[in-house]
Amino acid sequence: MRRKNPRQTMPITEAWRGMTFTRRTLLVGGGQMAVGAALATRMAYISVVDNDRYVLESESNRVNLTLVPPRRGWIVDRHGKALANNRVSLRIDIIPDRLHNKDLVLGQLRTLLRLDGDAMDRIERDLKAASGFQPVAVAEDVTEQDYSAVLVRLPDLSGIAPARGFARNYPTGAAVGHLIGYVGAPNAEEYEKAKNPLYITPGFKIGKDGLEKYFEDVLKGKPGARRVEVTARGKVVRDLNTQPDVQGKTVHLTIDADLQEYVARRMGRESGAAIVIDCLNGDILSFVSMPSFDPNSFSDGISNSEYAWLRADDHQPLINKATRGLYPPGSTLKPMAAIAAMEHGVDPGEKHTCIGGYRLGSRFFRCLGRHGTIDMPTAIEKSCNSYFYWLGHRLGYDAIAPTARLLGLGEEYQLAGSAQRYGTIPDSEWKMRKYHREWSASDSLNAVIGQGYVLANPLQLAVMAARIASGRALYPRLINRQFENKPLPFAEEHLAVAREGMNRVVNGPGTAVRSRLPLDGIAMAGKTGTAQVRGLASGGNGKGGTWKYRDHGLFVCFAPVDNPRYAASVVIEHGMGGSRAAAPVAKDIFTFLYDREKAMAALEGFEAGWGGTITERMNRDYAAWKAGASSDPEPGAPR
Amino acid sequence: MIPVPPAIQRIPWKLIALLSAITGFGLLVLYSAAGGNASPWALQQGTRFAIFLTMALAIGRIPLRFFEDFSYLGYLGVAVLLVAVELLGFVGGGSQRWLNLGFMNLQPSELMKVAIVLALARFYTQLPPGETRSWTALWPALVMIGIPAALVMLQPDLGTALAICASGAIVMFVAGLPLWWFGSAVIAGAAALPILFSMLHDYQQKRVLIFLDPESDPLGAGYHISQSKIAIGSGGISGKGFLNGSQSHLDYLPEGHTDFIFATMAEEWGLIGGLALMFGFFLLLRWSTRVAMNARTRFGQLVATGLTMTIFFYIAINLMMVMGLAPVVGIPLPLFSYGGSSMLTIMTCVGIVLAIENDSRTGVRRFH
Repeated sequence: MRRKNPRQTMPITEAWRGMTFTRRTLLVGGGQMAVGAALATRMAYISVVDNDRYVLESESNRVNLTLVPPRRGWIVDRHGKALANNRVSLRIDIIPDRLHNKDLVLGQLRTLLRLDGDAMDRIERDLKAASGFQPVAVAEDVTEQDYSAVLVRLPDLSGIAPARGFARNYPTGAAVGHLIGYVGAPNAEEYEKAKNPLYITPGFKIGKDGLEKYFEDVLKGKPGARRVEVTARGKVVRDLNTQPDVQGKTVHLTIDADLQEYVARRMGRESGAAIVIDCLNGDILSFVSMPSFDPNSFSDGISNSEYAWLRADDHQPLINKATRGLYPPGSTLKPMAAIAAMEHGVDPGEKHTCIGGYRLGSRFFRCLGRHGTIDMPTAIEKSCNSYFYWLGHRLGYDAIAPTARLLGLGEEYQLAGSAQRYGTIPDSEWKMRKYHREWSASDSLNAVIGQGYVLANPLQLAVMAARIASGRALYPRLINRQFENKPLPFAEEHLAVAREGMNRVVNGPGTAVRSRLPLDGIAMAGKTGTAQVRGLASGGNGKGGTWKYRDHGLFVCFAPVDNPRYAASVVIEHGMGGSRAAAPVAKDIFTFLYDREKAMAALEGFEAGWGGTITERMNRDYAAWKAGASSDPEPGAPR
Repeated sequence: MIPVPPAIQRIPWKLIALLSAITGFGLLVLYSAAGGNASPWALQQGTRFAIFLTMALAIGRIPLRFFEDFSYLGYLGVAVLLVAVELLGFVGGGSQRWLNLGFMNLQPSELMKVAIVLALARFYTQLPPGETRSWTALWPALVMIGIPAALVMLQPDLGTALAICASGAIVMFVAGLPLWWFGSAVIAGAAALPILFSMLHDYQQKRVLIFLDPESDPLGAGYHISQSKIAIGSGGISGKGFLNGSQSHLDYLPEGHTDFIFATMAEEWGLIGGLALMFGFFLLLRWSTRVAMNARTRFGQLVATGLTMTIFFYIAINLMMVMGLAPVVGIPLPLFSYGGSSMLTIMTCVGIVLAIENDSRTGVRRFH
């Protein structure tokens, strides 16, 4: 105590000590009151100044707002039959905020729902990315048993939210795959673009392809909302209010669902496309590309291996051949070429002698037969190349191409939901633009029989048939969209010659007599086509050998002959010939339109030979593929 | 006028009314926290209060001389119990605080809050006034505080250790020790803070860090503070109404019937309820401070001030904690929080202060 302090010199008495005590006790008491006042101020600050903020936070604790994904609108056929509808689907989600014991809960779920490692990884990943009350999907489409198993254990599974929702359902499965497309959960980019919280609500799906995508705005509907009071553990105490969702609107298609399914089944194991058009108004009654995928699988989130299986198939089930498959149309263009010739003054009665081919300079263009001296209808009936080489050489293809375009070839249609590849109707200007070369006479000869540069998709061929049959510029449509469908600028008698030639193809001594309709009073007219996949020079004759080098079989047709109502095109890839592969399919399709029982009987006979219905065959093929190729999984299933 | 019998006059009716009012309010909150049920908390707490109030009144009748005589012995006994807790006690809630006596679980660190005040008061009563500024006045007190504080920190129980230090320091302060000792202790303490911090357990360090920035982890360790502030803040001026607190009823507020009961109350009763409760505590502390000022003996003065600080420390730290001004240290709100140990301590304090008050009425004051 060396400090110089005046107090230190004072004697410390009991009296001094008492005074010090009183002073210091008052000081302590004052200090305590100051702290008390500070606490009271603090409380007032929290509960008065910050009141709004905390009321909000308390409400957001108490009230849990969940979006209810809207039920998607149906897609129905011309008679109101569902092509795409919704079914009840049970699902299990996690609310990340409420998940207090993650490892335990996930472990339990894994056992209860038999989740595999992939699924667990995905859940962990989603949980990391998710925040707050944004639910993370654990499993969709769980069975009633699994659902109840989770429901029973709910008190131990904090953060788990079982939900009853809807899933997209396609009653006819693969038959409508390419027509309707499919739905799927929105991906990250789609969410970024839409900035809509609905997009990250489990169970919400958007159209990803085909009509589902095209009509997304119509089909999607308005989401509902559910406000519930919940405890910290996520237990729902009571419903506060619920705003129901508004189901999306129904899309009515021109498709005939029964015909669509029949055509898909009748395609059998072949790869190809078939389109049926109503000759009165351009309604597409069936729009089939086979083989196809099951849109139900895609909409439920397709597995990597199933996707790999579809990609590995050389019949290309993922490509819509009806609008994206381009084929040399071959002889199916001959009626069109005949009309073009007549419009340019060629007399249909004028005859040309087929000597088994046509000589152009030093080259000899072969015909498939030696048809003798024939007129125009006979040339169509016999599909005589020589006759049309002669026409093509005489007129030049620049005279024929405009007629081809008037009949709908080389044109991209305003058609709902399909990306089209519209092919080529070549002429000299096109060749100059594209290849910087002069058009040659041999180009005309190749083009006039539908080879060379000419490419068309099956839909265009069906439109061509419908236009020849009706005499009007029909536009194909899948919904009730108004087109003018003006009469074509061709003389009626010229069209009649082409129709007569097509009639004789089937009902005369033509190339497709075996495909005559087995009906009384209704006859079909058509034109076969066989498109070379590779030139004769490269070996093989396209009538056998390796599947992918075989010729394509094509057939365009309409019925009834005297008053056409329906037109169709059938393309069978590598079918080795129009009369052999495509025309019999068209025959059964038209039979179905007029006599279902007869057509079904024929189909059942075929299916017995092919090994069952589409679904049965697909399931068996997939199982076989999985057993064989599971060692080499191909990555990259779409999400 | 009807003469009031002296026996009735001697019963401190005002004090009983005040304690009952505070506890009764607490019972209402416990009733609400249980979802409108007397069980499991309100009824038991009420019963406990009745027993402890009787006990406090009984303690108040004990001559002050008795506490003075047995203060060292009591201190030693409790210190032995603290060692016993280290060796024999059972672990609950992550720390080893309790001794199972068969009929009840005893928390000796709670008893130490009272014992340290009594022992230090005895020490400074015996200390000759001339020695007040000498080394002799300091080191025995530091040892007496240091040993139990260290033992309690070992449990670990930061809150109680701080309470023991605070009560002890206040006794030293009012005993007249030089001011600059306290000043330099505060400075030294501030300087040593980082070192002390590094000695804390992980969960204690985390609590301190969370306290400094509660929003950094609103769903993890900061959850308590965030939810408590939401409860108090959403109550507003007049509260959400009795039985209408969503934070407590829907389990968002953890420990809503014990450490965070003030938040439960504030949510339903609002700022008005909070200020009323604080006013009740103010009256209690004013009473015990007045008893200290009017005490007849130096021992009584020091003890009453020390125990006032003990009670105040509970209230202040608890309220600071629930309002986000202090780390979550696990100190209950006296008479309000559900729990026996803290009520036992508080009522013992009240009883001893009552004994001092009674003592001051019996004879001439020795000091002015």
